[in-house]
Amino acid sequence: MAIDLAATTAVPADRIVGRPGGRGRRPAARRRRTLIAYLFLAPFLALFVTFVIVPAVFGVWISLTNWSPFRDSQDFIGLKNYLDLFTAGSTTSADFWNSMRATGLFVVLSVPFLVVVPLFIAVLLNRKLRGATFFRTVFFAPYVLGVAIVGVIWSYVFDTQSGILNHLLGLFGLPSDTPWVVDTPWVWVSLVGVTVWWTAGLNTVIFLAGLKGINTDLYEAAALDGAGAARTFFSVTLPGLRPVMIFITTTTILASANMFGQSFLLTNGGPGNETRTAIMYIADQGLSQNNMAPASAMSYVLFAFLAIISVVNFRLQRERSEKAAS
Amino acid sequence: MTDTAVRPATTKPSRPVRRRSPRRAGDLTAYAVLGALALVVIFPLIWMLLTSVKTDADAVRNPYALPSPPSLEAYQTLLLSGQQPIFLWLWNSFAAATLQTVLILVTASMAAYALARLDFAGRNIVFGLIIATLLVPPVVFLIPNYLLVENFGWLDSILAITVPGAASAFGVFFLRQFFLGIPPEIEEAARIDGAGDFRIFFQVALPLARPALATLAVLSFLGNWNDFLWPVYVLLSPENMTLQPGLAMLQGAFRTHFGIVMAGAAIASIPVLILFAFAQRQIVDSVAGAAVKG
Repeated sequence: MAIDLAATTAVPADRIVGRPGGRGRRPAARRRRTLIAYLFLAPFLALFVTFVIVPAVFGVWISLTNWSPFRDSQDFIGLKNYLDLFTAGSTTSADFWNSMRATGLFVVLSVPFLVVVPLFIAVLLNRKLRGATFFRTVFFAPYVLGVAIVGVIWSYVFDTQSGILNHLLGLFGLPSDTPWVVDTPWVWVSLVGVTVWWTAGLNTVIFLAGLKGINTDLYEAAALDGAGAARTFFSVTLPGLRPVMIFITTTTILASANMFGQSFLLTNGGPGNETRTAIMYIADQGLSQNNMAPASAMSYVLFAFLAIISVVNFRLQRERSEKAAS
Repeated sequence: MTDTAVRPATTKPSRPVRRRSPRRAGDLTAYAVLGALALVVIFPLIWMLLTSVKTDADAVRNPYALPSPPSLEAYQTLLLSGQQPIFLWLWNSFAAATLQTVLILVTASMAAYALARLDFAGRNIVFGLIIATLLVPPVVFLIPNYLLVENFGWLDSILAITVPGAASAFGVFFLRQFFLGIPPEIEEAARIDGAGDFRIFFQVALPLARPALATLAVLSFLGNWNDFLWPVYVLLSPENMTLQPGLAMLQGAFRTHFGIVMAGAAIASIPVLILFAFAQRQIVDSVAGAAVKG
């Protein structure tokens, strides 16, 4: 998951294996070794080429054609599908950018909560309280349910007429007719809330592992210097969590950018198309409406946006390992 | 948080010295907050269970009251309807997740070993390609893989939800890291004893990699179990569905009959939660460890 390329490519294999005779002395022996290596690789490469490399190239080809599942041959139309996406008034551009907006909005609204809430919980759990394992288990549990069970349960909790949430709010004298999954801005509150409920435990346990990695001497030193709780948190805990923080922020941004199930199950993309995310629109266009060519083009445009995020993350990670090395 | 700092660095990590007086106030606050949050997490699940043991009429008329009296009517309706084979979905989910996990463990461990330990022409190209695809979001593969799977005649079958996803670049990357960390002397000793590459892999490297394989197994299983988008589109008939698309369908079929929908959610979640309760340490450590160390 956390990718640290710098650390992985350093050791030459012949040194590790220590094969007598050294490498490449006799071409026949080297050919034999290559053959054996590819025998090891064959099962994986068969899957990898068929379902990763071929589709990646095939997808580009689809996006450059007027692909239709109802025709036998497809025509190459160049970048038209891409240009259409960037041309106001074309059949797909308005809906696509609307879905990109929904995705972007969800990322912006959800990521802060998905980082801060788990961090808060992890810091509390890290106090080594009796029963910390119990709490950790409880907070992680929703994640193993999967989005469909989560969506089904919360649809009922959120239901405007018979949902328990509105009833409870009413008991406290708050408005009891909030259209949680029907109207803006409540739909966004619900989608973010459910996502936090579902996946906060995941980030919590990662933060916890990060907290355990912080040198306890630093806390001792902070205590000797008379640093208070807040000071210790900002001067020791947060800097110590930096690598974990970058990892969590990046994976959470990517996960939120790939949001599909929550909208599909809770709001069905509504009201109107307000919460129809990019993934939801691409899947619908490509697999339900048979607009495979424009949908493929959209998936590559989305990829470009996500790649920028990944590159920024990679830069930050490298900076970190360089700092650690010096 | 200063009070966490008084822990002496020399104590064993799992057994901190408890200093009652200065910690107590902070601990109580922590308990109160954690307890409240735990309640928020657990409450929807309890509400699901309570609603699932209401009769349909009871659920509609008294949605906020406790079930009076508790009844298994919703479960009966759901299971007798025959339209929603929910135990079959559970089984399909387990079968698909297990099958895909096995496929990933076998293919990724062999490939990772070759990339970590064998010297061969094209190694950097192969490894570079695998790493490059880690950055590609799954949506890019959605449409072309759908067409491929359709072409293979795999739509609506377990093959569609196990085989394509088994090409785990992450698995290869993750296990390669682990193999690189094993001291090469162990394998050298086996080689001097005359063992070939395959024997060294199966009898020396794989047993050593057991913890990494277990972690990858947990991550793969969870990933397949939680997958939603892909099965929604490639599984079509009720008897072939897994839990995730099945429950979405069930919700559509029983719209406002919340008791029945909650019975379905309960049947789907209870086995998972029990399994999680037993394996929670392994699962949580796997997820956290892969993220922090990987």
